[in-house]
Amino acid sequence: MKRIVAAVAMALTLTACGTNSDPLADEPAASGAAGGSVTVGSANFPESQLLAEIYSQALEAKGVKVTRKFNIGAREVYLKALQDGSISLLPEYNGALLAALSPNGIPAGVSSSDTVLAELKKVLPSGTEVLAQSTAEDKDTLTVSADTAAKNNLKSIEDLKAVAPTLVAGGGPEFTERQQGLKGLKEVYGVEFKEYKPLDPGGPLTVNALKDGDIQVANLFSTDSSIVTNKFVTLADPKNLFTSQNVIPLIRSEANNATVTGALDAVSGKLTTENLTSYLAQVQVDKKDIAVVAKAFLSENGLG
Amino acid sequence: MIQYLTNNHVIVWQALQEHLYLALLPILFGFAIALPLGYLAVRFTWLYHPLINTFGVLYSIPSLALFVFLPVILGTKVLSPVNVVVALTIYTVALLARTVADGLRAVDPVVVQAATAMGYRRTRRLVDVELPIALPVILAGLRVATVSNISLVSVGSLIGIGGLGQLFTRGFQLFYLEPILIGVILSVVLAGIADLIIVLVQRAVTPWTRAA
Amino acid sequence: MNFSYLTDPAHWDPSNPGSIPNLILSHLGYTALALLIGAVIALPVGLYIGHTGKGSFIAINAGNAGRSLPTLGLLMLMVTLLGLGLLPVLIALTVLVIPPILTSAYAGMRNLDHRVVDAARGMGMRPWQVLSRVELPMALPIMLSGFRNAALQVVATATVAAAVGLGGLGRLLIDGLAVNDYSRVLAGAIVVAALAVLVDLFLALIQRLIVSPGLKGS
Repeated sequence: MKRIVAAVAMALTLTACGTNSDPLADEPAASGAAGGSVTVGSANFPESQLLAEIYSQALEAKGVKVTRKFNIGAREVYLKALQDGSISLLPEYNGALLAALSPNGIPAGVSSSDTVLAELKKVLPSGTEVLAQSTAEDKDTLTVSADTAAKNNLKSIEDLKAVAPTLVAGGGPEFTERQQGLKGLKEVYGVEFKEYKPLDPGGPLTVNALKDGDIQVANLFSTDSSIVTNKFVTLADPKNLFTSQNVIPLIRSEANNATVTGALDAVSGKLTTENLTSYLAQVQVDKKDIAVVAKAFLSENGLG
Repeated sequence: MIQYLTNNHVIVWQALQEHLYLALLPILFGFAIALPLGYLAVRFTWLYHPLINTFGVLYSIPSLALFVFLPVILGTKVLSPVNVVVALTIYTVALLARTVADGLRAVDPVVVQAATAMGYRRTRRLVDVELPIALPVILAGLRVATVSNISLVSVGSLIGIGGLGQLFTRGFQLFYLEPILIGVILSVVLAGIADLIIVLVQRAVTPWTRAA
Repeated sequence: MNFSYLTDPAHWDPSNPGSIPNLILSHLGYTALALLIGAVIALPVGLYIGHTGKGSFIAINAGNAGRSLPTLGLLMLMVTLLGLGLLPVLIALTVLVIPPILTSAYAGMRNLDHRVVDAARGMGMRPWQVLSRVELPMALPIMLSGFRNAALQVVATATVAAAVGLGGLGRLLIDGLAVNDYSRVLAGAIVVAALAVLVDLFLALIQRLIVSPGLKGS
């Protein structure tokens, strides 16, 4: 018996070691450190993790204590984590966030970066705020293979309406229920696919499925370098279903302070669609590590 | 692979630590709960079948579903590791309560009678006679529970907590072999070491099993 | 607890590819294929080791070695190597079912009452007759319990197939999670657990039918 007690005691002692990274402690959103402390979260696709890592390193460079909780899931999941305080900062996309927070859809006429931002500020969950937005945009797209585009003479989503019932689409599972997804496609364009295959949000499953012809239409992100590499054709969106999608930090107010705002504003000031696309390609194509690419972004833009 | 490790040793090390916590805490809690439950199932024989069947059903609930549901039931935060710990504790109890009960049931009644005749009261008889005899069976169950917990933790990565599983999703989102391979290898090695430790403990505390 | 997804008749309409009956079918398909392939590989090996006693070390440790392989990691590894499709899922699930089948086949053969085997030989049975008429039937209860264990595990674990874009009941969990629809996740959990219980009952029934009456109650 004594031995068992000793073993348990030892295990508990081991548990007590390394408390600085104790994953069982729910880290408080704010602490006494100089620049405060921030728990950075991200969605479950590489670009979101890259942006979250860039934010994290920029904050750490300014003396803010950062805890990383990346790769949480879809917006529907990580917004809940933000609201319950599990995380306090996220890279977001203004249009997609607005769509998610507007149960009745985005008001008519709201599609430019500025109108989207103004509208977004009205519907943010209490206790959260957005900081300055960057010019970097990453839109949801409907993308087809060059073959499919040529065969069906597809240039815009409007052209899809007639052929959609014969086509299989694919992308992240969340796309099925979103306004900026199958719902909106049906309402705005009258497009209804034969089938929708839930794969991954803008990830390799979707890209490979499109390449192999398992699906004919894919929901990819516009910054994805695989679109160019594979000569995919992104369909135009004349009715602006997929609104402007500027990268923007979403933060819990209690975690925000002048240091945090300063660091993140500096990042947003340097982010452009072009440099985001090329840094993301380093992650997706060259398989460079996210932390390494984030560091390169910061030092090459004079922020590290 | 070596290069991935040198670039990412911090991430990998943290994932490994988290993995250990998430897998082993449930073993401690589960063992503490399963011992009395298993005993009750033997002491009150009518409890045995309902208990075993309930645990059979609990064990067949997919881990992902439990990870997702526990925040709703417990009121915990969605990213709280508590969800994973509680879910794995449930599986551990489901597995171990049965082995404890089976181990105790397999104790030769003649031995129990002899102990009673020697003046052992129920509690002392349990601790000094029945439990030690049942120990090999119980520890065999503990090995199974420990090893399966270590491999189950990684499913948590689908909801953003999952120790080495984070390396799987990380690699999978990029179709990048190295992190997945490293995660799988570390997870297997971890399970092997944990298994070995239990075997060594078993040899140390049950010397009589080797006498024959 | 919100059971609306489970009780909505639209989700039970077989003409819709994502409906619960179709997911159950694909789920059972993965399960059955994995069990079949696993049994074809593991049964002969387990029986051989048990019969001859050669390589017992492998049989005893196969169980825990197999359990220690994280199925999700193995699956993601296979999809990354082989691409999307049924094959990676079958490999990952087969690896999961081999250890319990192998170990129980081994244990079934090892735990035979050797007096009975000797008696069979004494009666003049040839080796293959001893094997097919005496050893196998006597080892059957333990072998089947290992098979039931494997089935239970694979039914619960086949849900991970959805994490790499395939079907099965895991779709309810993964999609429900992605769109924050707890009613769907709950439906998935309930159907999987119910399926596991039904599969186990079914196998128990088979066990009752094919195990020799002479072995019952022993």
